[in-house]
Amino acid sequence: MKRTLTWVWLFFLATMPVWMTNQYYLHVLISAGIFTIAAMSLNLLLGYTGQLSLGHVAFFGIGGYTSALVSLGFDLHVSDTTTLVFPPQPVWLAFLVGIVVAGAFGWFIGKISFKVRGAYFVIVTISFAQVVRLVALNWVDLTEGPMALNNIPPLTLAFPGLGELAFFKKLPNYYLVLAVGVVSYIIIRRLVHSRAGRAFIALRENETLAESVGVNVTRFLVLAAVVSAAMAGAAGCLYTHYIRIIDPDVFLFIYTVTMVIMVVTGGKGTLAGPVVGGIVFGILPEILRELAGPEVQWIIYGVIMILILFFLPQGIVPALQSWWKGRAGHEAVLPGTRAGGGNGP
Amino acid sequence: MEQLLQHCLNALILGGTYALLGIGLTMIFGIMNVVNFTHGELYTFGAYMIFFFVMSIGANFFVALPAAILLGVVLGGVIEFSLLRPLRGADIDTTMLIMIGAWIAMQNTEQLIWTGITKSVNHPFPVDPIVLGPVSVSWIRVFVFVAAALLILGSHLLIDKTKLGKAMRATFQNRETAALMGVNINAIHTATFAMGSGLAAAAGALLGPVFVVAPTMGDLASLKAFAIVILGGLGNVMGATIGGFILALVEELGAGYISSGYRDAMGFLLIILVLIVKPTGLFARRERVG
Repeated sequence: MKRTLTWVWLFFLATMPVWMTNQYYLHVLISAGIFTIAAMSLNLLLGYTGQLSLGHVAFFGIGGYTSALVSLGFDLHVSDTTTLVFPPQPVWLAFLVGIVVAGAFGWFIGKISFKVRGAYFVIVTISFAQVVRLVALNWVDLTEGPMALNNIPPLTLAFPGLGELAFFKKLPNYYLVLAVGVVSYIIIRRLVHSRAGRAFIALRENETLAESVGVNVTRFLVLAAVVSAAMAGAAGCLYTHYIRIIDPDVFLFIYTVTMVIMVVTGGKGTLAGPVVGGIVFGILPEILRELAGPEVQWIIYGVIMILILFFLPQGIVPALQSWWKGRAGHEAVLPGTRAGGGNGP
Repeated sequence: MEQLLQHCLNALILGGTYALLGIGLTMIFGIMNVVNFTHGELYTFGAYMIFFFVMSIGANFFVALPAAILLGVVLGGVIEFSLLRPLRGADIDTTMLIMIGAWIAMQNTEQLIWTGITKSVNHPFPVDPIVLGPVSVSWIRVFVFVAAALLILGSHLLIDKTKLGKAMRATFQNRETAALMGVNINAIHTATFAMGSGLAAAAGALLGPVFVVAPTMGDLASLKAFAIVILGGLGNVMGATIGGFILALVEELGAGYISSGYRDAMGFLLIILVLIVKPTGLFARRERVG
């Protein structure tokens, strides 16, 4: 049943551009897709290891900036006399470098921030994102600061005998995002169903107990952080080479909040949750935009977030699952006991 | 040397309002275990209230200031009553996300009412600065410092000397035991949140006339308050007071001697450093990492 559903979904998403020819809608879908990938990466930390990282946009931005710089080429002033010149590289290589650098930052931040938990962890991650934003803003030699990096080349793939395909148009970008999304989904699925995934969940449920039975806490948390950061970096690369401009505003806290809303709304700690949340909160702003100004739109956003936490604290996907189970099995499950009511995990 | 003196003086004056922000946040965290993302919005609210009273209605500055603080207390009480009380016992992540939702809604309501254009607030103090040998300071800043110092002193007295303060400290030490001893936990939570919010609103109302008022001014204020709270140790009121002054000093010196662009980064670097070296905060008396 579940497997069929996944294939139906995939078929639906793959044929989307055939019946949705409006370029603007396609653009909305691409943006939603990019943020969905970022949300999936956040879910690995927030949903599976239970660590609320509120600096996730830093990895998104680091991936984007790295990929943009590598594809444009850049100079690095090591000292007054020596300057390292990096010539422009093909975009696919820049993509990979972006992912690796984001992952490396994930490792580094994981190493320092997993010394602390709870509110402390949240604040370290926020601080990290703010520092990165300020560096992007002030290191004008490298990042052009608020002037932004412009004319970032799109991904270009060379097919032997067929010539080159540059991803300027919306359609190839849509399939690129879809492909990266599917790959990310598979990676997360395999990871959470592996031994590491069981360790993540054990840590989330009871860290002391997990440690006492021999789970190496820091190692698994850092592993989750690296995979999560690299994936967020990949989303950042997609974003950069699709929008083709990047400025320090990409690090704004509000983007992290958007990712968190997507994960929480969809259902943290479920595979489908971030996808559902990503699509809902990727498309909702576009619908609201027709009806209300940006402020009212954000107010509605905030209120929806509060309402969901009040009435569906587990998120949409777990609520639907238990509703489905309750219907299918005709079990004596009281409505609300499994989906809505409780506050705890 | 003169430059250094001037930086220290600026830091002292800025530190007063930072301490107000930090005390409010650390109380709310320590007693209620809530990471309050609306703190910066209460700060913004205070600033807009003084703008409203002074510039829109034309009220006297010295009447507008306490009125703005009082409205901050009321708003804090309302937030606690409507958003946090129903979720008592929810885990810290859930309440944190609720507060993020409230923060987004509040900030955009402010933007809707007062638009994104920055506003300035008139104050009744002379424009000419006071010159003390090599350093100078404006009258309004001196007033801000004195008012902040009085509010800080008042908060310490309230927490240390009054019955309410005793109940707050008891709740902080052990919620269940305090409840068993007859402390009305719900009332304490509302009072704590209202008082913390009032202090944030006071910081905003005091700094509004010094700087300008804008809907997004609370974002950095929230983050700085977090930095102060981390410096002092979560739930440590004395630590937050000292932390406020330390943050202001580090920012001033960082902006003066390193780069003004990285002024706001100093606080965050400081947090990261503190958490690596001494995660319980600089002044922690006991283990508080949860």
